[in-house]
Amino acid sequence: MRIGVFVCHCGSNIEGTVDTAEVSRIASDYPEVAFATDTMYACSEPGQDGIIEAIGEHKLDGVVVASCTPRMHEATFRNTLERAGLNPYMFEMANIREHVSWIGKDREANTNKAADLVRMAVEKLRRNRPLTPKEFDINRRVLVIGGGVAGIQAALDCADAGLEVIMVERESTIGGKMAKLDKTFPTVDCSSCILGPRMVEVAQHPNITLHAYSEVDGVSGYVGNFSVKIKKKARYVDWNKCTGCGECVEKCPSRKAPNTFDELIGPGRAINIPFPQAIPKKATINADYCIRLTKGKCGACEKVCPAGAIDFDQQDEIISEEVGAVVAATGYDLFDWTVYEEYGGGRYPDVITSLQYERLLSASGPTGGHVKRPSDGKEPKNVVFIQCVGSRDKSVDRPYCSGFCCMYTAKQAILTKDHIPDSTSYVFYMDIRAPGKLYDEFTRRAMEEYGAQYIRGRVGMVYPDGKGNLTVRGADTLLGKQVEIQADLVVLAVGVESAKNSPQLAEKLRISYDKYGFFMEGHPKLKPCETNTAGVYLAGACQGPKDIPASVAQGSAAASKVIGLFSKKKLKSDPQTALVDIKRCIGCGKCVLTCPFGAIKETDFRGQPKAEVIETVCQGCGICSSTCPQGAIQLRHFTDNQILAEVEAICRF
Amino acid sequence: MPPDTVMQTVNLTDSPDRTFTNRITEESGQNLSLCYQCGNCTASCPYSFGFDIPVSQIMRLLQTGQKEPVLTSSSIWLCASCTSCTTRCPNNIDVAKVMDVLRHEARRQGFAKERRVKAFFDSFLDSVRRHGRVFEMGLMVNYIRKTGRFWTDLELGPKMLPKGKLAFKPHQIQGKEAIARIFERFEKEGF
Amino acid sequence: MTKHAYAYYPGCSGQGTSMEYERSTRAVCEALGIQLDEIPDWSCCGSTPAHAFDHTLSAALSGRNLGLAAKQGHDCVLTPCPSCLTNLKTAGKHISGDENFRDKVNRLLDEPLGTIPETKSVLQVLFEDLGPDWISEKVKRPLTGLKVVTYYGCILTRPPGLMEFDSEENPISMDMLMRAAGAEVLPYPLKTECCGASHGVARKDLVMRLSGRLLDMADSLGAQAVVTACPLCQMNLDLRQSQVNSANSAHYKLPIFYYTQLLGWAFGLPDASLGLDKLCVDPGPALRSIAANEDAA
Repeated sequence: MRIGVFVCHCGSNIEGTVDTAEVSRIASDYPEVAFATDTMYACSEPGQDGIIEAIGEHKLDGVVVASCTPRMHEATFRNTLERAGLNPYMFEMANIREHVSWIGKDREANTNKAADLVRMAVEKLRRNRPLTPKEFDINRRVLVIGGGVAGIQAALDCADAGLEVIMVERESTIGGKMAKLDKTFPTVDCSSCILGPRMVEVAQHPNITLHAYSEVDGVSGYVGNFSVKIKKKARYVDWNKCTGCGECVEKCPSRKAPNTFDELIGPGRAINIPFPQAIPKKATINADYCIRLTKGKCGACEKVCPAGAIDFDQQDEIISEEVGAVVAATGYDLFDWTVYEEYGGGRYPDVITSLQYERLLSASGPTGGHVKRPSDGKEPKNVVFIQCVGSRDKSVDRPYCSGFCCMYTAKQAILTKDHIPDSTSYVFYMDIRAPGKLYDEFTRRAMEEYGAQYIRGRVGMVYPDGKGNLTVRGADTLLGKQVEIQADLVVLAVGVESAKNSPQLAEKLRISYDKYGFFMEGHPKLKPCETNTAGVYLAGACQGPKDIPASVAQGSAAASKVIGLFSKKKLKSDPQTALVDIKRCIGCGKCVLTCPFGAIKETDFRGQPKAEVIETVCQGCGICSSTCPQGAIQLRHFTDNQILAEVEAICRF
Repeated sequence: MPPDTVMQTVNLTDSPDRTFTNRITEESGQNLSLCYQCGNCTASCPYSFGFDIPVSQIMRLLQTGQKEPVLTSSSIWLCASCTSCTTRCPNNIDVAKVMDVLRHEARRQGFAKERRVKAFFDSFLDSVRRHGRVFEMGLMVNYIRKTGRFWTDLELGPKMLPKGKLAFKPHQIQGKEAIARIFERFEKEGF
Repeated sequence: MTKHAYAYYPGCSGQGTSMEYERSTRAVCEALGIQLDEIPDWSCCGSTPAHAFDHTLSAALSGRNLGLAAKQGHDCVLTPCPSCLTNLKTAGKHISGDENFRDKVNRLLDEPLGTIPETKSVLQVLFEDLGPDWISEKVKRPLTGLKVVTYYGCILTRPPGLMEFDSEENPISMDMLMRAAGAEVLPYPLKTECCGASHGVARKDLVMRLSGRLLDMADSLGAQAVVTACPLCQMNLDLRQSQVNSANSAHYKLPIFYYTQLLGWAFGLPDASLGLDKLCVDPGPALRSIAANEDAA
């Protein structure tokens, strides 16, 4: 073999702490290395041209590039090899940036380590064989998980492009958090006026199938051919019959059920339709609070339902859907603010969350859009807003900024003035984060035109003053003083955290998530809606706190990725798959059992049971090869021999 | 106008005393740069109303190495170590410990804006040093002698004396020499 | 019930201004089968003046007592006083966790320290190890209808990383014990606000304002008494209540109990063992109202 080694400076990223010329000099003595050089930016156009030139000039048949992580540029360099007429799999990368130059400053030690990593890559490459991807068909249906504004956008864009869309929503209606909002910043247009029509479109679109009150139970398969199990949770109402008339809700005697759509401030019923514009507008029974389901008595809903839709015997149902791509758009949840005992920890009825306040402001909310405080129904005159509750707070393990609270607080201050002209809003803030289009102007308007009193500082404690109001004690750090406000109502701008059970869903989808449960994008800059699993895309706040415009943009972006994927006639599989040595295979079947992708089947070879890998299904994880007691199943380009050769390359002494 | 009430330009090139900031950082074990000036300590401090410099600004003065205003403040003596600041700091800074360390440093450098508070602390420690346990009557006599404020809490005597709550003689403990030795060694070691 | 035995650190004020706390703590513990082995020849922990002076000196003063407790063979020290508790805990944690610091402390002491026993408040043991249910079984004379607020003071549960007991912002241990004794506990939002601590002597004005606010809130909630667990809090609210009244033109007559006094009273222990006569604000009317409530019931 004639191997070429290219050691990249990456500007000063690598060259700053690694002597790349020395690494290439050392590498030129490695076995079968015919050419070695250092290069300024291997990935740049001149860099790639240099590789192509060297391949021609030195008749190279394999290439090692020592540079950065293969995550970004492995595909780049494989293309380079292909353009030079080589098999793209006769290529190895040594990561001397993340694994060397970025983690140590000792130039000599770094240079030695980089040379060792290159030696490993060379030894591996010497045992590579040319590989050719297989082509396979695409199932051009897409699953969208989550029916908030991001998921709705992704679903409608895909559906409008002619794709068949399956939408799964865990609640009994789509609309997500946005459906609970009264108005939206910075335009103060009515949330349900702009979202409502989009929700209706979802319901009416011939290409969209909606499974509400359902959850993804399991996902198998791979890009182009996923198989999804969906749990349709028992709703105890036959939705084919339910007309959403609401008779049952009226008559339900169980009034202690939590009204989650109204964020627990409105009256609840055991049977409920979340709100008048719900999609689908169907009743659902909360089994924990239904008197019939818990005590065997009642059945009032069954008696009044004109459609005979009540079905107390309904069970959870699992259905299957086959899709070629998945968009996760599972949104966010609010931080559990009750850990802030200094703000009452949930004990004071007039200390509420920003989302609860939205419900008080909303015309379809529990107070019909009249702001009445929960304790006594009084209209508040002094409203205190506290920002960063559960954001930028290391002491509660939420060091990140939730991004949009500054904006919605400004909006709520403006709306408060609109609803109650003789009211005063006080906003405690640390910094105002308003970098979007027309955002800063909006927060200024709250102060300049609506008279919101902005106080730069945090609140230390909130407590009832014994006379029916709340004392808010904070700091005005610009005054350099402690301040107190007698408030009628306190609204906490509660921060964002990942949606409940996000890690569990991520594991089903085989995508990564960060320590806070937000899904990881493929690349923080260049792959904002891809994941590291092919065919799975992200939209909205499941990837990190995001406001409506950003969520919608990412919904469309994810849709365009799906459309792009589906525009290909066929997909190519990664040929670095498992391969069975039929002579060694004893047909024990262990690999069939352990393969997480169902990519190994048992076949008959001259009357003997043998394992056979379905190449387009195999994802190259390698579990089978470590399971096989005979060493009969090997992962191409990660064979035992190759790994041992790499180990020997660094353990020479 | 007295000079200390005049707004003055703080020269951030020359004035920061980094050794001061570093010493407070080291002695308190607190990373002062974690403070992002949210003001929660000032908001929570029950003594803010009596402070000359709010605690959040003490933190800022420390970050900018302004030794003099910090060590000459009354705030560091009025802090009663109630730990409201420490308990609520979003960055987990033990602010009360920083205030404690500032009192140590002020003492070392001969500052004590709140002379009576220091006199009370000193009288208390004198009492411990002499008797091994605090002798409340002796402590008060000592404090009055140090401050000349002979009327301090005079009206409380008649409330306590009949109930037998104020002893006229200290409790003698065997180990009182051991306690005195702790103080002596402390002075010798010069920590 | 087997006897629990602990090393016991009474604290200096228990010998003087808070003798009724000391007395009632011992009476209640005896009634509950908790054996308190007083640390022989214990000395002052140094309280706030010591840690405000130097952390090594402060730790040495506390360390001597922890060393004596270890010599007794105990692995846990109980103290009724939150200020002693803070000092003993801080010293114990710092000495155990930092070898350099331990060496410095040892250089001040006659005998070097070995294993450091842990420190708990008496309240913590009553609440966590015995529990309100068990304590309610001992009640012979319930505090029926007595409206109280519980005032924990600033350092009994704070900072949480050090004290590791109850909630730092809304503690409930005394509430539960008082309810177990039959009292009606009103929701008091200033449970952990500072009373002015040791500034009563040098800066009385601070205490007047802070303790005044505490009394004002208790009064406006309709409390008949305040229940405390801290000698300094109790002194500021009880002994100085007349000063607060004249400073703030108020007329409070709120008795300020130690929780141990009310528990002991509910257990039917003799008055003399509870030191009720040592309180400055007369507790008589409050206690008599309990009997009246009983009769009415």
